[in-house]
Amino acid sequence: MPYFFGCSYLDLIGYVLLFPLAGTVINGLLGKKLSKLVVGIIGCTAIGLAFILSFFVFIDLLHLSPADRVFEKDYFTWIGSGSLEAIAGLQVDPLSVVMIMMVSGVGFIIHVYSVGYMQDDDGFYRYFTYLNLFTFSMLLLVLANNFLLMFIGWEGVGLCSYLLIGYWFEKKSASSAGMKAFIVNRVGDFGFILGIMLIFVTFNTIDFTEVFHAAPEHLQMGGFIATMITLLLFVGAIGKSAQIPLYTWLPDAMEGPTPVSALIHAATMVTAGVYMVVRCNVLYTLAPFSLTVVAVIGGVTALFAATIGLAQNDIKRVLAYSTVSQIGFMFLACGIGAYITGIFHLLTHSFFKALLFLGAGSVIHGLGGEQDMRKMGGLKKYMPTTYKTFLIGTLAIAGIPPFAGFFSKDEILLEAFSKGSFLIWGLGAFAALLTAFYMFRLLFMTFCGKSNMSKHAEAHVHESPMIILIPLLVLAFLSIGGGFIGFPTASAISSFLSPVIGGGHHGTVDGGSLHHVSAGMMFSMMGISTGIAIAGILIAYLMYIKNPDLPAKIAKKFKLIYTIVYNKYYVDEIYDATIVNPTVKTSFILWRIVDVRIIDGFVNAIARIVELKGEVLKLFQTGYVRNYAFSILLGGVIIIVCSLILL
Amino acid sequence: MIPLTWYLILSGILFSIGAVGVLIKRNAIVIFMCIELMLNAVNLAFITFSRQLNSMDGQIFVFFIMTVAAAEAAVGLAIIIAIYRNKATVNVDDINLMKW
Repeated sequence: MPYFFGCSYLDLIGYVLLFPLAGTVINGLLGKKLSKLVVGIIGCTAIGLAFILSFFVFIDLLHLSPADRVFEKDYFTWIGSGSLEAIAGLQVDPLSVVMIMMVSGVGFIIHVYSVGYMQDDDGFYRYFTYLNLFTFSMLLLVLANNFLLMFIGWEGVGLCSYLLIGYWFEKKSASSAGMKAFIVNRVGDFGFILGIMLIFVTFNTIDFTEVFHAAPEHLQMGGFIATMITLLLFVGAIGKSAQIPLYTWLPDAMEGPTPVSALIHAATMVTAGVYMVVRCNVLYTLAPFSLTVVAVIGGVTALFAATIGLAQNDIKRVLAYSTVSQIGFMFLACGIGAYITGIFHLLTHSFFKALLFLGAGSVIHGLGGEQDMRKMGGLKKYMPTTYKTFLIGTLAIAGIPPFAGFFSKDEILLEAFSKGSFLIWGLGAFAALLTAFYMFRLLFMTFCGKSNMSKHAEAHVHESPMIILIPLLVLAFLSIGGGFIGFPTASAISSFLSPVIGGGHHGTVDGGSLHHVSAGMMFSMMGISTGIAIAGILIAYLMYIKNPDLPAKIAKKFKLIYTIVYNKYYVDEIYDATIVNPTVKTSFILWRIVDVRIIDGFVNAIARIVELKGEVLKLFQTGYVRNYAFSILLGGVIIIVCSLILL
Repeated sequence: MIPLTWYLILSGILFSIGAVGVLIKRNAIVIFMCIELMLNAVNLAFITFSRQLNSMDGQIFVFFIMTVAAAEAAVGLAIIIAIYRNKATVNVDDINLMKW
């Protein structure tokens, strides 16, 4: 085991959190006075060091035998109240190590990219402060060893998400989008914290290890408590991971800077829900009903968001809906019990979706802020490197072998099929077809065909600088190679992660590893997946390259359907009409009548009574000493008379 | 020996004269003297009871009252002089600005 000044890297796990926090503090307090270069270096170094340390921790963990790969480090008792004891402690196990490497690794790449992307922005130091704080919170979320500390990270990432969506707060739409994200997440967090309370009431502890050890004895299989806990936790996951019905905030979150969309709203934060479900897999396995809910919500979201993605014209919004859809896939995997496959897809998705967002950012940067795909086209020859990396990302998400997305998505579909959930499989497969279609639609509209750029944009369009292209290349490499950590199935990643599944009770569940699937079935499923992806690409090719008039014709022919899809099924409008507006109106009534009239009125009435009393009493203050003297005398006489009578 | 009642009646009469003087007089100096009269009426009552009860408590009280009265006279006269300097009068009916 490699040692560092006499202690193993596992002991240094706290520094993984400390580096980003230090970056936040330094940039936050001094950033205004430092030059952009220094701020950028501090921000990137903080995350880079965290990644290097994470990697060493991972190596350390590999040296242990698989059964011992859990390391807990308690720092101090954070809250001690009665039987509630929340310890600020970190837990290193295969799952959290994979997550911290992903978060700090992808985070580092995006930090570097941001230095180039945000170069001309005035709030440079503010941006890096938020970004470092986000990374800190996300690492805390995945490293926490109890539910409450995880919740702190959970809220921390939500806060940073809000701050960064509304980063350009002088723009009304951006600040509204930030608030929308925050408020919608609050709905989910409410469920999450209720779930934590129910866990505490049931188990009398909130420590992961203790809860998961006690769960099989404490909870009845499929019992009410188990179902309630898992459903409440899942409500939190729905909010954070943008699933139906709380997904509406994510497309609006695209108002933030593009690297933020890549880091927070594609690669890391939005997958926190999936991480949480996998972390609590012991509880979910005890609640088959909740698992069904997870799978159905995941599957339906995957398909639903994919259909919306078909008709959007904003490059980032298409990617946002595709993120919603891909997270749906991850939940689908978790819901059918294939937790490791869910994490596998989470990882590959973080690579290729970060790549796609950063590629989109490069395009937006090159076009001077244009996001409408109808005003792009033919960028291939202006931005060759961006095009090539974007193509790799698109192939990965579409599921073409050997790119990363293929292995993970195929494995999810294979799991669904082999477990007999044909309906779920159908949802997933159809969503995969749509994914391939709309992603290639995006690619063709942006990079191929003839240019639809404005004269001004065309004159200025340029390939991005190296500091933007290098992160793209690294992520492209990961999108190509990333799939092989999970191929062939039941290999590296699944054997590494399997101790996490079932909370150490080996054999109670199969960890989502596909020992039970025959090779023939595996390869035929791969064939089907690839076929689906190619079909999607072909349709996109026919519609957007071969026959560019076709989309408009189809839109005209199925006008009703097109309008509905184009307007995102009017979900925002429905929410506005049923929830937002009634709430606003009720609040208005509460403000104008209950608060202003009743509550303020009550307080004002008391003040008025005192005032009136004063009006009467002031008449006694005449200014004549004689009157006062007479009052004193009168008072004295009255007291004496009274005491004489009473005695 | 003169009976107790006479002393008390004298004290009561002096006190009443003082009180009535305070209420009806307009000159601040006279009001002030009336107040002194009331104080001394009380002193007389104290002395009377002190003798009657064979206790020194009443006489000690009188010393205190005399001390306080001396101090009060100093402060009070100073105030009256200050008012006179400002308003050229010590008529209390003209000194009525301290009101709402």
